[in-house]
Amino acid sequence: MGGMYSLISAILFVVLDAVDVAFTEAAVGAGISTVLFLSAFSITGKHHELKRKSHLPALLIVLTTGAALIYSTLDMPAFSDPQAPIHQHVAPHYIEESYAEIGVPNLVTSVLASYRSFDTLGEVTVVFTALIAVLLLLGAIRENEE
Amino acid sequence: MKKNPILRETSHLLIPAILLFALYVQFHGDYGPGGGFQAGVIFASAIILYALLHGVKRAEQVVSLNLAKTCAACGLLLYAGVGVFGILWGGNYLDFNVLAHDPIHGQHWGILLIELGVGLTVASVVLAIFYAFTKFKK
Repeated sequence: MGGMYSLISAILFVVLDAVDVAFTEAAVGAGISTVLFLSAFSITGKHHELKRKSHLPALLIVLTTGAALIYSTLDMPAFSDPQAPIHQHVAPHYIEESYAEIGVPNLVTSVLASYRSFDTLGEVTVVFTALIAVLLLLGAIRENEE
Repeated sequence: MKKNPILRETSHLLIPAILLFALYVQFHGDYGPGGGFQAGVIFASAIILYALLHGVKRAEQVVSLNLAKTCAACGLLLYAGVGVFGILWGGNYLDFNVLAHDPIHGQHWGILLIELGVGLTVASVVLAIFYAFTKFKK
């Protein structure tokens, strides 16, 4: 189900001319996460005891946060508005100058790897931290049961 | 999966192509769509496909969990190290302009190296998480 959804959104991204995003979505969403979900399902049990207990404060917090988020979207510029701040700030500079400054034809690569390399360094660190967390969690459970 | 010759033979045809495609995506990311992240995932998916068809034990003879862990750390270190090189060559952290004799070449080297770091880390992390899930015994 998740894999199908990812494949369809990948096709949608291709239609929107965002091939880099489509690539990631097809490889990660449709390929890897399906396999990881299946292998995670295989180590969880088939049955789970449901605790039917309503939690009023949690519901209140969720509703308040949701309402605040919806309220804040009212201030956002209209969808695909060319005058929106996101299209006026650094995007024109990237589009016009990046080939002269970086010399890389793929704009996405030059933004990700050069202009925003701190951001990408953070992303790689997050991926690495996820590995450490998974290994710690699965390893810790195994040691307790031995 | 010895009883399923169709899957086995198809995978033998496909896995080298997937690995080659991953390398193409890795090193052609400057010119076409793709980059380290996508390439890493595609590379890992080829080995995961091998593991699904031939068992995790045989896949671990190709790439072991320890090798994957080491490579994940090495990729991140390569990325961060390129940044430190920028400082040593007299620029800011992660400043690629100073890496070669002119800024454009420096940018090319910087992007190539950090994409390699990203690809290495992503491929080994995805593979190591897959190993961790499949080897886990309740």
